[in-house]
Amino acid sequence: MSAYILSAQHLNKSYIQRSGRFGFTTKQVKALDDVSIQLRAGATLAVVGESGSGKSTLARCLLQLQPLNSGAVQFQGRDLAVLSAAELRQQRRHLQMIFQDPFASLNPRMKIGAIVGEGLLIHKLGNALEQRQKVVQMLKRVCLSEADMEKYPHEFSGGQRQRIGIARALVLEPKVVVCDEPVSALDVSIQAQILLLLKELQQEMALSYLFISHDLRVVRHIADEVVVMHQGKVVEQGLVADIYANPTQAYTRNLINAIPGRQRAANPS
Amino acid sequence: MSELLRIESLSIAPAAAPERLLVNQISFALETGKTTCIVGESGSGKSLTALAVMGLLSGQLQLVQGKINFQRQNLTGLNNQQMREIRGKRIAMIFQEPMTSLNPVLSIGYQIGEPLTVHLGLKGQALKTRIANLLEQVGIPAERANSYPDELSGGQRQRVMIAMSIACEPVLLIADEPTTALDVTVQAQILKLLDELKTRLNMSMLFITHDFGVVADIADNVVVMFRGEIVESGSVDQVLNHPQHPYTQALLACVPDAEGKKPLKPIDYAWLNAEQNGLAA
Repeated sequence: MSAYILSAQHLNKSYIQRSGRFGFTTKQVKALDDVSIQLRAGATLAVVGESGSGKSTLARCLLQLQPLNSGAVQFQGRDLAVLSAAELRQQRRHLQMIFQDPFASLNPRMKIGAIVGEGLLIHKLGNALEQRQKVVQMLKRVCLSEADMEKYPHEFSGGQRQRIGIARALVLEPKVVVCDEPVSALDVSIQAQILLLLKELQQEMALSYLFISHDLRVVRHIADEVVVMHQGKVVEQGLVADIYANPTQAYTRNLINAIPGRQRAANPS
Repeated sequence: MSELLRIESLSIAPAAAPERLLVNQISFALETGKTTCIVGESGSGKSLTALAVMGLLSGQLQLVQGKINFQRQNLTGLNNQQMREIRGKRIAMIFQEPMTSLNPVLSIGYQIGEPLTVHLGLKGQALKTRIANLLEQVGIPAERANSYPDELSGGQRQRVMIAMSIACEPVLLIADEPTTALDVTVQAQILKLLDELKTRLNMSMLFITHDFGVVADIADNVVVMFRGEIVESGSVDQVLNHPQHPYTQALLACVPDAEGKKPLKPIDYAWLNAEQNGLAA
């Protein structure tokens, strides 16, 4: 088996954009243009880029949440694109996602216990008692309590909701977790808590993260490797330390120079 | 340095519960031509402070006590009509969400022109010329005046907001997280634009943010708020490089640095509470 747990070759995805009067004019927009990436087992690969660079499309296509035009996605040596719906559903247990907006990604009518336990129910993992124990254990791990199972999402703060989102994804003991801007909606103090929690959980559960972010300071902290995307293309990829120290592409240099607070850090007054 | 704005022991509370102070006796001053950043987490009262200066507190909130002295005039004593004379003309504001703060059914030229008509009585060709000039100042081609907000990108919309706010050449510009919703490269452009305009128009800025990177780029002075109180204030160098208060130190330790050298340390609120009680005693 290769060292890569998830790899994608030559992904292409385009959308039809309607414009002009009544949308009669159409234009093809390439969201992914020959994108290839590899995620090493147990590592964190960050995908950075501005809005519209295709990074979220990449995440969705990797998890087969959106169909690809062409390209192959290998997870543990199996091509996800050729799996049947039922086989894919089985694999999904190992491929989980943490979403950006903790306010929009939790069903407001479901209790926390049901939200976190739903995956276990769908994948028929254990009996009711075991499932409950797992949910409680997972909630405690993300610093929530058993009593929180009976509450609804609106009773929690943004940071707590993001913890619920993490518990929901990780209770299935996945192998790969796609984190789509998991901390960009949070205060900086909460952001630090969540980042550390994600790092700890990665160690404990041997997770591999695909971490999507536009914040290069966060990426510097959490990622081992980084892919820089621009207009659907990968412009640069490599080890985080190398790319931050010696960006070879002008676009990457621009991004790094735009990190706020760098001038002062470089020459404190 | 002359003083433009001085806030004295300002307190804000819900009208229904005047004893529960959301902003608790804060005082600070803003000098002409300088930028003061208010930093703090959500719920620290930083936006309420800005809204109070604009006289835009919602009806459910009340100003319990305190003075807002702006050019030797106490704004808290003014009625709505007097406030309307100042708002948009001498004090202007930019909001966080350029998507929601522009009217989708009016052209951007019309929206930029509105304060000019209301406050300065400009119309006809003079108005058109001024709108074109303002658009150029914020880096948008003048012929885009007939565009509607949905035809612009997020960064361009924020530029339009800035053009609106500087239309009457205010002496004080309040910016409430103006770059939080923007991409990092666009954020850098907008910050640069604001800084240029500040110098060119000799404006002062009250800049609200939770991003210490932005603070380092733009601020002259910093006010740190925590649970409705100012815990620390001073020059940007003093606050960022030699923070005195444990909360400021803890908040700075949460910020990931671009070099990745510093370990992240989340705020330990229990420790902070103990520390704060210790400081009070």
